[in-house]
Amino acid sequence: MGEIKLMKGNEALAEAMIRAGCDAYFGYPITPQSEVLEYLSKDATQRTGMVVLQAESEVAAINMIYGAAGSGRRVMTTSSSPGISLMQEGLSYIASAELPCVLANVVRGGPGLGTIQPSQADYFQAVKGGGHGDYRLIVLAPSSVQEMVDFVRLSFDLAEKYRNPVMILADGAIGQMMEKVELFDQMPRKTEFPDWATTGKPKDKERRYITSLHIQPEKMEEINKHLQAKYKQIEDAEVRYEAFNLEDAEYILTGYGLGARICRKAMDILREKGYKVGLIRPITLFPFPKKVYESVAGKVKGILDVEMNAGQMVEDVKLSVCGKTRVEYYGRMGGMIPSPEEIVENFEKLFIKGEA
Amino acid sequence: MSNNIETAKFRPEICTDENLVYRKPSTLLPEPFHYCPGCGHSTVHKIFMEVIEEMGIENETIGVAPVGCSVFAYHYMGVDMQQAAHGRACAVATGIKRVQPDKYVFSYQGDGDLAAIGTGETIHAANRGENILVIFINNGIYGMTSGQMAPTTLEGMVSTTSPHGRDVKTQGYPLKISELLAPLPGVAYITRQSVHKPANVRKAKKALRQALEYQKKGLGFCLVEIVSNCPSNWRMTPAQANQYIEEKMLAFYKLGDIKVPEVK
Repeated sequence: MGEIKLMKGNEALAEAMIRAGCDAYFGYPITPQSEVLEYLSKDATQRTGMVVLQAESEVAAINMIYGAAGSGRRVMTTSSSPGISLMQEGLSYIASAELPCVLANVVRGGPGLGTIQPSQADYFQAVKGGGHGDYRLIVLAPSSVQEMVDFVRLSFDLAEKYRNPVMILADGAIGQMMEKVELFDQMPRKTEFPDWATTGKPKDKERRYITSLHIQPEKMEEINKHLQAKYKQIEDAEVRYEAFNLEDAEYILTGYGLGARICRKAMDILREKGYKVGLIRPITLFPFPKKVYESVAGKVKGILDVEMNAGQMVEDVKLSVCGKTRVEYYGRMGGMIPSPEEIVENFEKLFIKGEA
Repeated sequence: MSNNIETAKFRPEICTDENLVYRKPSTLLPEPFHYCPGCGHSTVHKIFMEVIEEMGIENETIGVAPVGCSVFAYHYMGVDMQQAAHGRACAVATGIKRVQPDKYVFSYQGDGDLAAIGTGETIHAANRGENILVIFINNGIYGMTSGQMAPTTLEGMVSTTSPHGRDVKTQGYPLKISELLAPLPGVAYITRQSVHKPANVRKAKKALRQALEYQKKGLGFCLVEIVSNCPSNWRMTPAQANQYIEEKMLAFYKLGDIKVPEVK
């Protein structure tokens, strides 16, 4: 049993970063995730020797990440929606150069400067690309403060295993709420670095260089094929999800992160009302858990996708069931959080009373 | 190397140790430069790699290549290198240096990269006193994209986006970024050099070595600006381009030390 603490999501994430043996954090303040940089600024460097640097912008921060990740170190940055938008060019470079790193997006309502309230409106940006070119992030969606801790360590492992950037796609509520967490023990920082890292030309080996520029299209196509093969491998091996009450389910609620938490309550209410309702909660948004949706397609009467956006993940749910089951969406936008009662009401309206 | 091999093949009697008066540094990779004839990049690459060889630090140096003509610097410089997004070389170098403070870290950037799109990263890296060397090639034009106006383009100078000559009233003034950076307390050393004449090449090389010595001492941010040319996009022969440096560029961008550390 690890140390138990009552912690805010953002602070738990920062504590997990220190304990995971992170070598460097580069970030820039933005609500609702500024606690991460504040927490690290207190004593992270004294505790493990890790670098903590407040960059002049998110653009600079992601490029510092590039440099430090290219040095073979465990590195992480965090931001919220507008800041993550600024990082997209850098992320594309990082994905192309196959540099492992972790970033967390504590999502707020948009578009534009939007609001500082919780939102899930950055699903497309996180899962479908965001920056230029054909690349993928591995995307993990925590729905509790405990997962803000657990997913940091998991993200570093996945990033290093696949040499790929990993995003923890949280939201303002998960970042700001306080919950009991169990922390893992302090892990040592790395003392050995991968062969590809630029740590100074080895005496008896070729020097290394990190680039995403391959001016010959034949070569660039090869790079793309290599990346796509890697993403396929990730899709085969790294799908994570939670499912509840699928055995007897006639209807499915589905959502991720905070949305899934609210759906659990809605599922309980609906079950009490006598409806046989199950829940699918994707944990990895890329790779998307297509197969679990395929397994219920054609068997259940309907799937209600609940999101704090205009309906983004619902597209992936629809692609997974491939027209075999009716898929509906309900959500709130711009920083508003749907209540379990609202979900119940809309479920009944759509599937039971047949109004739609 | 290919040239040396060719010569050695056909004139072996010339290629003997006692006749050796010049060789390229071992730190410069055996790749033909893609740079245009007369371009200053090749010269700066060579003298900088000579410095790395002479200091014996090729195993402890990490470089950052920019976006621009010198994006392929990593094809020629035989040290570990990273290629950065346009303008972000100082941020990438910061990331490298912060996790490897015992290594020599340099960026190699052109004027568009350093003084237009990357101005923010440049100023803040300098202001934090990042212990890195920035080699800044100023030729007053965007070379790789074929001759557009740069932040350093002289007043009245013709480019493809200032075809009637740079009009400072609408297109702004040429930016002396070295003078702008010099007052920042994090900056240890800023000097402006050129490579258009042999004597200047020797001085520029000395400045590059000096900057790395300062980095070794941990004095802070060092920048060596090199006023260079772009014969292709200036629409000049190499000789004319070097004449233009002498007459026009150096009249505005004065050579010499702009800031030196108080304690050497």
